Amino acid sequence: MPEIQLPASLQDVEAVRSVRTPARLDYTFTPGDATSRFLAGITQKKIIGQQANPDSRVYVPARGADPELGAATPIEVEVAQVGTVTSFCVVNLQFYGSGMEIPYTSALILLDGADLSIMHLIQEIPADQVRIGMRVEAVWRDDADIEPTLESIKWFRPTGEPDDVNVRIPGEIRGTGLGSWVGGVAPTELTVRNPRTGEGGTAEFGGEG
Amino acid sequence: MTDQTEAGEILSAPLIIEYPFKRTTGPIIGAFLTGLREQVLVGSKAEDGRVIVPPAEFDPVSGNDLTELVEVGPEGVIATWAWVTAPHAKHPLDDPFAWVLVTLDGADTPMLGALKADGIDAVSTGARVKPVWAEEREGHIDDIAHWVLVDDADEGDRA
Amino acid sequence: MRDIAVISFAQTPARRSVPELNEVEMLMPAVHGALEQVDMTIDDIGFTCSGSTDYLAGTAFSFVSTLDSVGPWPPIQESHVEMDGAWALYEAWVKLQLGEIDTALVYAYAKSSPGDLPMVLTRQLDPITVGPLWADSVSLAALQARSLLDSGKATEADMAEVVARSRKDALGNPNAQLAWDRSAEDILAEEYHIAPLRKSDCAPITDGAAAIVLAAGDVARSKVKRPAWIRGIDHRVEPIHLGLRDLTISASTSIAAGKAGVADGKVDIAELHAPFSHQELILKEAIGLGDDTTINPSGGALAANAMMTAGLIRIGEVATRISNGEADRGVAHATSGPCLQQNLVTVLEGEN
Repeated sequence: MPEIQLPASLQDVEAVRSVRTPARLDYTFTPGDATSRFLAGITQKKIIGQQANPDSRVYVPARGADPELGAATPIEVEVAQVGTVTSFCVVNLQFYGSGMEIPYTSALILLDGADLSIMHLIQEIPADQVRIGMRVEAVWRDDADIEPTLESIKWFRPTGEPDDVNVRIPGEIRGTGLGSWVGGVAPTELTVRNPRTGEGGTAEFGGEG
Repeated sequence: MTDQTEAGEILSAPLIIEYPFKRTTGPIIGAFLTGLREQVLVGSKAEDGRVIVPPAEFDPVSGNDLTELVEVGPEGVIATWAWVTAPHAKHPLDDPFAWVLVTLDGADTPMLGALKADGIDAVSTGARVKPVWAEEREGHIDDIAHWVLVDDADEGDRA
Repeated sequence: MRDIAVISFAQTPARRSVPELNEVEMLMPAVHGALEQVDMTIDDIGFTCSGSTDYLAGTAFSFVSTLDSVGPWPPIQESHVEMDGAWALYEAWVKLQLGEIDTALVYAYAKSSPGDLPMVLTRQLDPITVGPLWADSVSLAALQARSLLDSGKATEADMAEVVARSRKDALGNPNAQLAWDRSAEDILAEEYHIAPLRKSDCAPITDGAAAIVLAAGDVARSKVKRPAWIRGIDHRVEPIHLGLRDLTISASTSIAAGKAGVADGKVDIAELHAPFSHQELILKEAIGLGDDTTINPSGGALAANAMMTAGLIRIGEVATRISNGEADRGVAHATSGPCLQQNLVTVLEGEN
């Protein structure tokens, strides 16, 4: 670092080395069409997925465009309120703004009939017993407290059904990368479906596959 | 399966983004902020001899490090200004005021500030101004509470 | 250098607020429209580049979800700039010059309505010596306007003439947000907003999106009768500190215009990205445009100014007029940052 020449008046005082510059910006957020329609379903305790055409993937929640097709998703499909844990993590840190007791579990849950996992909490089971493939169901708030927010589903809890053994294991280099697969069926070994053409193909995976 | 339905009324929610940043200044900007705390204004001397305020860390032409800091001001002249009739809650002053670019005595480039003045007719390019220091200073641009015009009486005081 | 042309351009109608759509929903008609005009799909596109900034709507990484509008899965070659889409177009042009692809899609969008735009834009200023003062974009432009007036190069009447002409031309632009027929005298009778600027001197706040398809050589010729060829393109930046700049000129625009070859031929039309009336006067001088050039036939940024998008729209407006035969050669300018800090100049030309 170059030698700095200070004027005499600043040579014998403690130098400032850092400065706080807090800033706050206020916005009015509107969710847009697809998310509004999803939230309208939530107020009726329905989980509504959306798709671009009858043969394309069902996104839950939809964000307005199908990333395979680049198309809007006007078709609404109600999906099941039960699904399979496709991945999870155990949270041991208290985050700002979170009222959760730690440790708790956040999971990706592929609802039956959906092609995209949603992220939500797993409760009513000790965090160390949550596992990939576990079948879970939505637990709603009391009817009086249902609002257009995903928080109207308090959490998911185990259904007690047998685990889905076909679930994709994170770390296996398979599947589509979307955390899910069409029809809820795991790809056969070393075979992936091309999500754009719908054709299967043999992948040459290296590493841990 | 249903076709697309009307979304009905538009949902909205407040969204507040906060940036609670603490920034490392480096020695040049640090010296400028140190100066503000000590009620001293400094600039950096560029390779062509110009004095740049707030100090630049590098020469605007060559890009070389600038290392010589010199005292400037505290008075200066208005290089340009803009009159704010209805200040925003985030602006430095609550009453109508002028943004000013002030070229401090001994400086060659102007710096931005908020000038407290009686009205738009009181402000003009070339007018002399001086800083009003905040009572509590910590090494922050807000250590200059605002700027005021140097009026004739002040000129008398200076003489 | 490869011959690269703008072959397609689409934009959404500019509106003050589009609260019923999220960003990707607002953007899709522009992207799809630009592709459909030339009967292409994303599979025909070699490279996609976008321009936007997440600060406007306060939704971090929203540029990732807007990419869904093009169908990015399986992964496509794409990139993003936190700049006006004109700079995304520049990146795509460079990529096309490398010769490995023949087509590129460029898009840009902004939803400024959820936030307080002039204050959001303070976050692009020096974070220590200027940012904490919350010197908004209109205030900084007013400082520049005062400098220009003090220099004697322009008067408030000159500014009002720019406003009157722009908003009147905007009456013929179906995508304009602000269009009316009022005299300069009428505008001068308005009270100051942030003096010396009146509200009419300022661009509106806009939600909107635009997209352009670029193609090289024979691919361009096969898609459209009269491609708008990019004959030159260059961009330059000035220091972040306003005090280091002469605000009465645009040195970066002058250099970019020189490098882009503006002076190599007659300029029929120019679309200048001037969000404030006085900036058009500065830009006209900086680019060296004469009175024989029609400036901002679309109404320019004073008619609609979707952030990160209005610069790309300038290129599209010139290209459209070249492709439809209204003009043979034109200049498009884009700006970003406070008081014309960064500037990009494109020269477009049609073949006869």
